[in-house]
Amino acid sequence: MIEVKGVRKSFGDLEVLKGIDLVVEKGEVISVIGASGSGKSTMLYCVNALESIDSGHIIVDGVDVHSRDTNVNRLRTNIGMVFQQWNSFPHLTTLENVALAPRIVLGKSKQEALEIARKQLEHVGLVDKLDVYPSRMSGGQQQRLAIARALAMEPNYMLFDEVTSALDPELVGEVLDTLRLLSDEGMSMIVVTHEIGFARDVSDRVAYFHEGKIEELGPPSQVLDNPESQQTRKFLANVR
Amino acid sequence: MTMEVAVLAMLLGVLLGLALAMVRMSGNRSVTWFAVGWIELARNTPALLQLFFFGFGLGAFGLHLSPFMIVLCGLSFNNAGYLAETFRGGFNAVPPTQLKAARSLGMTLGQSYIRIVIPQVLRVVYHPMTNQMVWSVLMSSLAMLVGYRELAGETQFLASKTYRIFEFFLVAAVIYYLMVKLILVGSRLLSWRLFRY
Ligand SMILES: Nc1ncnc2c1ncn2[C@@H]1O[C@H](COP(=O)(O)OP(=O)(O)OP(=O)(O)O)[C@@H](O)[C@H]1O
Ligand SMILES: [Mg+2]
Repeated sequence: MIEVKGVRKSFGDLEVLKGIDLVVEKGEVISVIGASGSGKSTMLYCVNALESIDSGHIIVDGVDVHSRDTNVNRLRTNIGMVFQQWNSFPHLTTLENVALAPRIVLGKSKQEALEIARKQLEHVGLVDKLDVYPSRMSGGQQQRLAIARALAMEPNYMLFDEVTSALDPELVGEVLDTLRLLSDEGMSMIVVTHEIGFARDVSDRVAYFHEGKIEELGPPSQVLDNPESQQTRKFLANVR
Repeated sequence: MTMEVAVLAMLLGVLLGLALAMVRMSGNRSVTWFAVGWIELARNTPALLQLFFFGFGLGAFGLHLSPFMIVLCGLSFNNAGYLAETFRGGFNAVPPTQLKAARSLGMTLGQSYIRIVIPQVLRVVYHPMTNQMVWSVLMSSLAMLVGYRELAGETQFLASKTYRIFEFFLVAAVIYYLMVKLILVGSRLLSWRLFRY
């Protein structure tokens, strides 16, 4: 379970998160929508401690993420993250991209790590690209590679930050299909997205972010189709 | 001799250059001015003057370095200035999101740099570094002017003894040429091995 409790976060004078409360149950898929600059990415970064918080708590499977005693490197192996820019490591082959962290972070043997990598690349449909360098792959393939790389750590949670926003339209589908697959397999995930249709399909709940707060939170049938908040309605009208 | 001083000056240049680049990128006001000053002087004043500074300049203050040290210091100073900018460019060329991605997988800061960032920097700085090495070898010829006998100095010494000036300098030129070619070919071969992407 991910518990975000009263989290506040400022960059200088700019308060980006103004008291966020959110619980992600095991197996739950939560989509996060909201205007640019509303703090969606910042919240994800706070969940795996890539950003610090000013006040509040984030607890992941009982571990207080921002406590001094927490080993963030161990914590991060439990929380996979995929970014908007596909961050494949250009100097490593697809297989090496995925096998690296299991080997040097989880301490698996080379053989085991390669086995895990092959399995996860098969999972996202990239078995025919094992020895290819990322520069030879499409954005969609590189994004799936990034997903496989995160999954190789066997995380309990996955965070997706607008993973289709930088893709050519014809490549969006294959990446969304991969997310659907994960959701069907019961992965717990927070998905920041502008794809409203996708959010409606896969989410258990949708959170609408507005100026550093969660303005509305509920099942897609409520937030997307029958929003209570004026702000949510306005946002959705503009997105469509 | 030429090679020895050039290689040593290159090694020192790389270490100092890295340090200067880090200092410059750190944005720490109290030390950046030092790095910026070094880089500016090394890049925008004649190499010969830099060499003379470590020879006659320091000599004027009563600090007498051996000719070998003068050449080594002068070349290292110059190499470090150029390489600092090369390294800074190299680090800037790697998107910060690469580091974020590595950290998000649970890699430590050290692991992220060693496995992810530095290999990519190396690729960017590899050719400029090769050029600097060539430059370092060629500049070692200036050493004759401060009395250190590397290849060009030796040539001049022998030439002045035997008066067969043209022949000796021709031989020196050929030897320099071969050394540079050797470096370039070696570097090319190594780059094929290192950078397969
Ligand atoms: N490292 C940082 N330093 C300073 N300001 C930042 C930093 N990161 C984000 N911000 C600011 O915080 C605000 C929220 O940013 P954030 O990236 O969380 O928004 P977002 O909801 O993800 O938007 P988008 O849809 O554009 O990705 C923005 O105004 C942004 O400029
Ligand atoms: Mg964002």
